[in-house]
Amino acid sequence: MDALVATLNAAPLWLVILIKSALLLLVVVTTFAYAMLFERKILGWMQLRPGPNRVGPWGLLQPAADAAKLILKEDLTPKTADPLIYRLAPFISLITAFAVYAVIPFGENNGSLWAIGDVNAGILLLMAISSIGVYGISLGGWASGSKYPLLGSVRATAQMISYELSMSMSFVGVLILAGTTSLAGIVHAQASMWFFIPQCFGFLIYVITAVAETNRTPFDLVEAETELVGGFHTEYSGLRFGSFFIAEYVNMLTVACIATLLFLGGWNAPFGLTMIPGILWFVMKVGAFLFFYMWLRATLPRFRYDRLMAFGWKILLPAATLNLIITALIVALRG
Amino acid sequence: MRKHLGNVGALLRGFSITFSYMFKKRPTIEYPSVKKKHAPRFHGLHELRRYADTKERCIGCELCSSACPANAITVIGAENSPDDRHSPGERFAARYEIDELRCIFCGLCEEACPTDAIVLTPRFEMADFRRGSFVYSKDRLLVPPEAGVGLAPDERPNGIPSDLGMVAQVKSTMESDTGYDATNRGIILKTQRRGLAG
Amino acid sequence: MIGFFALAIVLIASAVWTVAARKPVYSVVALLLHFAALAALYVTLNAEFLAVTQIIVYSGAILVLFLFVIALLSSGVAAFAQGPDRLPKAAIPAGFAVLVGFGLLAFGLANATPQATATSNSGSLHGAAGLANVFGSVADFGKALFTTHLLPFEITALILMVAVIGVVLLAGDVTPFVSRTADTKRVKREMREAILKEGGE
Repeated sequence: MDALVATLNAAPLWLVILIKSALLLLVVVTTFAYAMLFERKILGWMQLRPGPNRVGPWGLLQPAADAAKLILKEDLTPKTADPLIYRLAPFISLITAFAVYAVIPFGENNGSLWAIGDVNAGILLLMAISSIGVYGISLGGWASGSKYPLLGSVRATAQMISYELSMSMSFVGVLILAGTTSLAGIVHAQASMWFFIPQCFGFLIYVITAVAETNRTPFDLVEAETELVGGFHTEYSGLRFGSFFIAEYVNMLTVACIATLLFLGGWNAPFGLTMIPGILWFVMKVGAFLFFYMWLRATLPRFRYDRLMAFGWKILLPAATLNLIITALIVALRG
Repeated sequence: MRKHLGNVGALLRGFSITFSYMFKKRPTIEYPSVKKKHAPRFHGLHELRRYADTKERCIGCELCSSACPANAITVIGAENSPDDRHSPGERFAARYEIDELRCIFCGLCEEACPTDAIVLTPRFEMADFRRGSFVYSKDRLLVPPEAGVGLAPDERPNGIPSDLGMVAQVKSTMESDTGYDATNRGIILKTQRRGLAG
Repeated sequence: MIGFFALAIVLIASAVWTVAARKPVYSVVALLLHFAALAALYVTLNAEFLAVTQIIVYSGAILVLFLFVIALLSSGVAAFAQGPDRLPKAAIPAGFAVLVGFGLLAFGLANATPQATATSNSGSLHGAAGLANVFGSVADFGKALFTTHLLPFEITALILMVAVIGVVLLAGDVTPFVSRTADTKRVKREMREAILKEGGE
């Protein structure tokens, strides 16, 4: 073990980053695969069904079967599609979804972070990368050259811009409390109290906007099956559809990670339960958040589009602003 | 304000309902591996029975055919010759065919049969890829001699009786390509009509 | 330096593509590439906050709105129709502008005093954007914005506010706000009065 650490320390930076990235990619993709299975199971149980259980014991090989199916499917491009952008769009989604993990820390060991890059402006970079993710959806919908994807992508654009504002506002409340933009610094600032207690409104706003940002029920207007067939990915098939699908779930995972880092204390152990390592706490918190996501999907019906927009602009944004102002006031007054 | 609080309450109740459903008993029957119990007299696929001495019960009287509201049964009777007796009576069914696509599984054939030869079993898995294979001819309907007499319909236990596997075996051992061709049925019906007229 | 030239080439090429693309959506994609390269250039200059802001504001918000509008317009699907060739007429002012630009650049370079270049952590991912007293850091940026440059900042805020109010006035519903319940009550009252009146006559 020591020898391994010594070699790693001696290795050049680019090699270390490469190894870390490959490892993390593996972890994220596996987590995605099982998050999908987990979701289908949870949804099944909540609807009095057993969920997937045919492939492997308890359906544990279902992700592999799904992957094989997607790979073997025919890759179709509609005649009216714009070939270049139609092919480019899934990659934009996928790359932005994964790129976020370059700055997310997962744990800490003797003062060294478990992250690819410890960026001081981490949260800003995170927002920057995730703000590009909308291009995949809106370009993909446009380039499909058919009306349902176009409607889906137009909805996606409007929805994601609208909710991104409130989301950023809810971040700023945390930033004021933590006094730093570094994700690790924010986690350290939560050593005594997790921020979802002083920032309970901020947390609520974040949860709502996070669901809207990742286009999940009840805000999945972007791919509303009942009205838009499949939304922006109607025309996509095979691996290109798979890319969008992976991106959606990885974004979900990202959102859960951000919630954990910003509001749920990151890898800090609650109630002084420090015998369980921090990374496990992190995983548990992310898992709990993901479960909440799926619970939400099983419980709430889809919003109507105009209500979604009205809610975002007329309720959520003022509420987030108010939360920000009050937080700033309290912090300023307490000195 | 009160209304909004009520809405929040409704939301929370919704969440609690979905959460509690996770731990409820799931009514799913995992079909291919677990099969549902049927009523004792469930109307499924037909079979032709035999007597204890392995003689066919069917005497080719065509009562089932005339009772059939869906016109799904075709019987062509023939005389038993003394050295090759199929049934104890004078006549036997030379051909006996049921088009299971036409059949409405009403069980009138069962009631019409004077010798209890045609019986509806609880077997319902008849799916196939070829239309022709749904016309069951005598070789698929008649239980093999080793199946024995079998239970009378009203004496069956709940679920699928043990003596019903035989027809299924016959079906599975039959070569699908040499199965009955539905186009012949028209000719049979025509000859039957001609016979009735003349 | 190699990084700079690579980024510069990408910047210029994507800028040309933005202008030259026949389909408006291609222009948006090119502009997106341009912004990304520009952000990367900012990072190499140690202005990480600026880079991030560049992406969040321009790529994440403004350009998305461009795309939104273009996708909604029919012109997003069809290529631009070939109009009259305006290049010869545009060449003279464009050439003049380029000359002026280069002139200014040369003037600036000639008068510039050599400054201490940014040291140490240039190009490193472990930038010091969160620390104070480092060029381009979030803390310094914020401090500068709210102290030395407070007046321009507030003026900008005011201008943006004017724009917002203008949009609301131009696009919004100009009829005064009527509470729906009050409106319903009014209609009901009028109906009741009308019925009473009829009954009385």
